[in-house]
Amino acid sequence: MSATAEITREPLKKKDLAADHPTWCPGCGDFSVLALYFKLIQNRGIHQEKIATVAGIGCSSRFPYFVQSHGVHFIHGRALPFATGVAMSRPDLDLFVFGGDGDAFSIGGNHFTHCSRKNINLTYVVMDNSVYGLTKKQTSPTSPIGFKSKTDMWGAVDQPINPIKQAIFAGATFVARTTHTNPKHLLSMMEAAMDHNGFGFIECLSECTEFYNGAFDASNPRKGGEFLEVPEDHDPTNETEAYDLAGQPFPGHFGIFYQVDRPSKQDREKTINAKFLEKTRDLEPHQILQQNFDKMK
Amino acid sequence: MSDSSATEEVVSDSPKVSKVTEAVIRIAGNSQDGIQSIGGFLAQLAGRSEQEVMTFMTIPATISGGPSIFQVRIGSGEVLTSGDDADVLMPFYQHSYENHIGFLKEGGIVLYDSSHVEPDPELLKKYRHIGCPISELTVEAIGGTAKDKGKNIFALGLVARMFDLDAAKLEGLVAERFKGKASSITTTALTAFHAGYGYPLTTLEEIYAFEEPKARDTEQVVCNGNDALGYGILAAGVRFGAGYPITPWSDIMELLRRELPKYDGIFVQCEDEIAAVSMAIGAGWGGRVAVTGSSGPGISLKGEAIGWAVMAEIPLIVIDVQRGGPSTGMPTNVEQSDLNIAVFGGHGDSPRVVIAPSSVEDCFYTAIEAVNLAREYSTPVIILSDQAIATRIEAFAMPKLQELCQDISPDLTPREDHKPYDLSAPDGITHHAPPGTYIKSGKYPIATGLEHDEMGHPSGSPKMHQDMSAKRRSKLQALSRKLPLPEVFGPEEGNVLLIGWGSTQGSLREATEQARKAGDSISCITMRHIHPMPEGLENIFDGFNHVFVVENNDEGLYGYGQLCGLMRAKFANPKIVGINKTDGLTWRVKDVLARVQTKLEELKG
Ligand SMILES: Cc1ncc(C[n+]2csc(CCOP(=O)(O)OP(=O)(O)O)c2C)c(N)n1
Ligand code: SF4
Ligand SMILES: [Mg+2]
Repeated sequence: MSATAEITREPLKKKDLAADHPTWCPGCGDFSVLALYFKLIQNRGIHQEKIATVAGIGCSSRFPYFVQSHGVHFIHGRALPFATGVAMSRPDLDLFVFGGDGDAFSIGGNHFTHCSRKNINLTYVVMDNSVYGLTKKQTSPTSPIGFKSKTDMWGAVDQPINPIKQAIFAGATFVARTTHTNPKHLLSMMEAAMDHNGFGFIECLSECTEFYNGAFDASNPRKGGEFLEVPEDHDPTNETEAYDLAGQPFPGHFGIFYQVDRPSKQDREKTINAKFLEKTRDLEPHQILQQNFDKMK
Repeated sequence: MSDSSATEEVVSDSPKVSKVTEAVIRIAGNSQDGIQSIGGFLAQLAGRSEQEVMTFMTIPATISGGPSIFQVRIGSGEVLTSGDDADVLMPFYQHSYENHIGFLKEGGIVLYDSSHVEPDPELLKKYRHIGCPISELTVEAIGGTAKDKGKNIFALGLVARMFDLDAAKLEGLVAERFKGKASSITTTALTAFHAGYGYPLTTLEEIYAFEEPKARDTEQVVCNGNDALGYGILAAGVRFGAGYPITPWSDIMELLRRELPKYDGIFVQCEDEIAAVSMAIGAGWGGRVAVTGSSGPGISLKGEAIGWAVMAEIPLIVIDVQRGGPSTGMPTNVEQSDLNIAVFGGHGDSPRVVIAPSSVEDCFYTAIEAVNLAREYSTPVIILSDQAIATRIEAFAMPKLQELCQDISPDLTPREDHKPYDLSAPDGITHHAPPGTYIKSGKYPIATGLEHDEMGHPSGSPKMHQDMSAKRRSKLQALSRKLPLPEVFGPEEGNVLLIGWGSTQGSLREATEQARKAGDSISCITMRHIHPMPEGLENIFDGFNHVFVVENNDEGLYGYGQLCGLMRAKFANPKIVGINKTDGLTWRVKDVLARVQTKLEELKG
């Protein structure tokens, strides 16, 4: 399908990749994720037309507009199934999905679970600001108990979701946590997720300066907090250990909590298809179909 | 049994054989009796014998059983419906006898299982009753604990004898069905068949043989509408599908899951219908239009994403195998009540294409047409099938697969520049550049659900929303100018024009034929293109005093069924009137005719 292999190229510069100027508020954490996405693409020398940037709806999901790549701004919560359709039919692309905590864990919660267990080969970065930014400060599924929002004026009462636990429990094969205030770490997590064969999930704390200022100060050394990496002796293939580590109180740890090798859905489907293709590879589609019609004579 | 020409030949020791041009056989039992497979065998045999055939079945919505029927109409001439009334009724139980005897023609034959059925003495004169202890004899023939397994095949033997069917061919079909199973299963089935076939139908004075059908120059295939639709999708070149199970759509998704790997394609079973439609849109954006589908409630779930595909102008195929609604409704019954959601089911102004196949054969061709329209106009296309077409079996000419199968691989040729939503494009028709397309200007497009400018970037400009809304609308108006007008069945001028869509085509055509024979001036058309409708329909209406839209849906708050309402809105013509019913069953010919008469009187009134 690739008609572009022969094109001679200069390495991509940041200005090649930057599209519309981001509409995010000054200081919004999402800026760092965008900057490091550019860096990731530049570092990896990915061909520009092979990048697909997909998102749902939310402040964070505006992401694709700011990138010069084939992009999709889909509907709220459904970026993952959309991207699954792309991933399954166009394995030649480098596929990145971005979104917010509401998009991922509330309206898209079901898809997050199933994309995890299906192990779709793509990279998913959730910019978790623990609030609904775009709709101006309602409680999100990751808002801590007591968080005062427009829908919880007396403080949030529902138990927040722990995205890392959720992902491990759902059968994800790459589960990492990072924060927008540590660019080096953020980039290394994105690189690791991209290199992972299967569903590479990253929860990136990304502060909403507008509606939840200071939410993650406790993880930011510049604000007097502590950035604790996943302990060196942590075994990322140990599910229960990863689960326990994810249960530490905020600000918790950062790094790869869990990573295992399991064939992606693409791999599994390829194996199934290979069996059929042994018999049909040399046939034209109409000849394959004719076999069915002959049975209905 | 019509036109029995009573060409008799006497076979020694056998009843006389009368030639018939067609027969309607209704088998009534419970869902676990396998009566669907008797019907299936009969239909397949008819198809192979170059006869026309149409079937009708009802199954309960529960797995554990319940009453079920299979009706098959076999004819040497044209068969348009599965028949109003049966020539032969084969009831397995008392309830089957009691509930279905009313569907037997006067003088028709009841071939009942005397192990379970006690005939009503009052009816003995009205119908010819022949008892056969089907259940007992089956157990006797094949042993077993008489869970009544195999009695369907025994019954098949009886029917084969009664209609002098080609027993060798039927045996072949039975053996084919059980191919791959243990040989003892095939042997048992054949034993049951022979026992039925050999049963002395002593009380029957005659048996029947079908007239030689007119010779055809093409081979026939026999299948149901869901199969035809599924295979049509494959012929159209679709290689990705996604869905969530629901009756009666599930058959199509199962077929695609089974078949797509042969073409290196994939079908994904999703967590829900929202994921399924999103996935199909994702694959379509990837460059090759993809399919999703559902029935009933699942269609509602897809609404938001379909609206996105309208806005972002991404091709998509959505199959809706309609069933009785709303909500869980009547999962295994027919209804044509999703027209409104198909046409209007989006929030905002979200025009999309809706087409409805009118027969099993048409399901195959509609799938290909839908894919081509979706590609050409970069739009979602909804295929409105229904439970009756989905499950009924018909024989039709073998499609010319080599000519029809198409390659719709994405075109990833590099481009200088690309404006995904170019407002100056003729008729507003634009196509997205699939990912992987190198764009030399370095300006890459965004597919978006936000109102956008020509590059796909968000725009709040009032003018832009107005222009883009017009763009999305005008491309479908362009399509309406290209669509063929429906063929008028019957003369192009007369008193009454019947309009139907989907599975009612056969009933309306047969009603038209019967009415004309009786001297009434009726013609009919089938609307395949529901939205947009072809331009120029009003010219057809001009030829008639009355236009009656016959539908399997409710007359609604304002007195019009769903297609009728759409036509009233478009044509504002008071002679367009609705004839509706919501009993979950296909339209019988005599009911159509009776309702037309009543309506005419009402209008005179
Ligand atoms: C079906 C639907 N429901 C609701 C909305 C409104 N909505 C848009 S974004 C959003 C929440 C965004 O929160 P999050 O996903 O955390 O993203 P953030 O803005 O915080 O980055 C909501 C409720 C919508 N667009 N679609
Ligand atoms: S509202 Fe919050 S999340 Fe949205 S752009 Fe502003 S700072 Fe970022
Ligand atoms: Mg958020």
